[in-house]
Amino acid sequence: MIRFENVGLRYGLGPEVLRDVSFRIAPGSFQYVTGPSGAGKTSLLRLLFLSLRPTRGLVRIFDQDAATLTRDSVPRLRRRIGIVFQDFRLLDHMTTYENVALPLRVLGTSETDYGRDVSELLEWVGLGDKMWVHPPVLSGGEKQRAAIARALITKPEILLADEPTGNVDPPLARRLLRLFIELNRLGTSVVIATHDLGLMDQHDARRLVLNHGRVDIYE
Amino acid sequence: MMPAVLFSTMAGWIFMNNTARPGRTPPRRKRRVRATHAARAHLIRAADAARQLRHRPGPGDDPHSAMRGANPIVPPQSVARRALLALVAIMSFLACLTVAAVTLVGERADNWQRQIADEVTIQIRPSDTHPIDEAVARAVDVAAQTPGIRSATALSADDAARLLEPWLGSGFDRSELPVPRLVAVSVTADADIAALARRLRDEVPGASLDDHGLWLERLASMARITTLGGFFILGLVMAATALCVVFATRGAMAGNRDVIEVLHFVGAEDSYVAGEFQRHFLVLGLKGAGLGGVAAMILFAMLGIFGRLQGPTPEEAQLRSLIGGVTIGPPGYVGTILTIVLIAVIIAATARLTVRRTLRELD
Repeated sequence: MIRFENVGLRYGLGPEVLRDVSFRIAPGSFQYVTGPSGAGKTSLLRLLFLSLRPTRGLVRIFDQDAATLTRDSVPRLRRRIGIVFQDFRLLDHMTTYENVALPLRVLGTSETDYGRDVSELLEWVGLGDKMWVHPPVLSGGEKQRAAIARALITKPEILLADEPTGNVDPPLARRLLRLFIELNRLGTSVVIATHDLGLMDQHDARRLVLNHGRVDIYE
Repeated sequence: MMPAVLFSTMAGWIFMNNTARPGRTPPRRKRRVRATHAARAHLIRAADAARQLRHRPGPGDDPHSAMRGANPIVPPQSVARRALLALVAIMSFLACLTVAAVTLVGERADNWQRQIADEVTIQIRPSDTHPIDEAVARAVDVAAQTPGIRSATALSADDAARLLEPWLGSGFDRSELPVPRLVAVSVTADADIAALARRLRDEVPGASLDDHGLWLERLASMARITTLGGFFILGLVMAATALCVVFATRGAMAGNRDVIEVLHFVGAEDSYVAGEFQRHFLVLGLKGAGLGGVAAMILFAMLGIFGRLQGPTPEEAQLRSLIGGVTIGPPGYVGTILTIVLIAVIIAATARLTVRRTLRELD
């Protein structure tokens, strides 16, 4: 599904933040990307999400070389990837329902076709009663679940989550982890970037540990 | 789509602690929010409550009907509206005035050309060998025999002298000057002017035909210059409007950077993002251009009404003799409406191009 070979990344003329990173992400797999702050977790996720191009090395995503992708072909690949940010990135002027429905609206799907799915997904993540409110009135955990629902509404093949439990309390973090595990059981590959060791101890999975830009893999 | 069956089977347990259950009070959480955030949240909560009161869903209501008339993806208040609206209205007003002036001059020039083209003048110079009165009579006969000639009227010697009064005064002695005599010939469109000129040259001594070609050429030239000048001014107004829209679009994009990022993250293509901004600017353009255009049309109507109501002053009489008043005809109004549409289209297209170009630059 995704293959990195000797990938290096630097910002401008600065030092390499990722060095000789090589790994594969198989369909239906579950892995954590971890490491200390500044180790390059977010940069790695941005490479996975085609938000950055590698300075060197090979990045193949869904059998396509990231280096040769045209600007027009990136959105089509991004639709196969769901992403959840630590800061949620919800649009405050739109309701929770509209935020979750946004990817389908962008695809040009009619509301009559997606309305029920969006409602059911919001019920599923426990936001059925917060469907018509705006993000500023949601708690951190509710915002995170809304962001997860938005990432899942198009049924992506892989879900990338950047510190998804960074802004929530431990009980909610455990519930979010259960949600990711269940998604993985349904066939979605999951990549969680986190430095929360407690979270990783709750569910044993492959770990990509970043340190000084290099990655060590613990199966 | 995520299968509905899977959602419903798991909905019960994954977030069962978090969903509201009867008879159980949800735990209170301490929230530390800044005062500004709290005020904003309070306002949005109040708006949500008011909306729910206005549209309380009933048992038979479609739960998704609230999405119809959904919030725009780019919030309208984030686009600099009032200032840009006023600017577009002013530009539209100026553009409509220019278009009206061009159509007015064009109409008058056509009118003059028609009037002049309907007449030709035979000029007979005095000769020592031939009596001029005979020559005038012969010229009238020749003209009358030529096909396509509606009428031929000889101006008397007194009439010819009166035409010279503005230059020579009223008391001059005509016998001392070789004043030519004139025959005013009214022609139809299919008159053979060349044949008439040939016969006059052959049969009437001292006669020549003036078909007003020089005047027609000058009028056509004047009309062309005025039209070109008008279109040049129109082009400048449109260019200034487009430049303002470029700046406004860039400002709107900077203000909506988070929206653009989210749209890209959920797989939106540049054309979709551009379309979202274009829609706002098209509506703004139609409103602004419409306001300016309607103001211009009101001005045209008032000029027409005042022109009819006002008593004839010498200045106005002179103006009327030249351009026939400043009443804007149907072409002026049609041009105004087309200008409104053109400005709106230019604004929308400029916004779209600016967004796409800026996105490419950001990439």
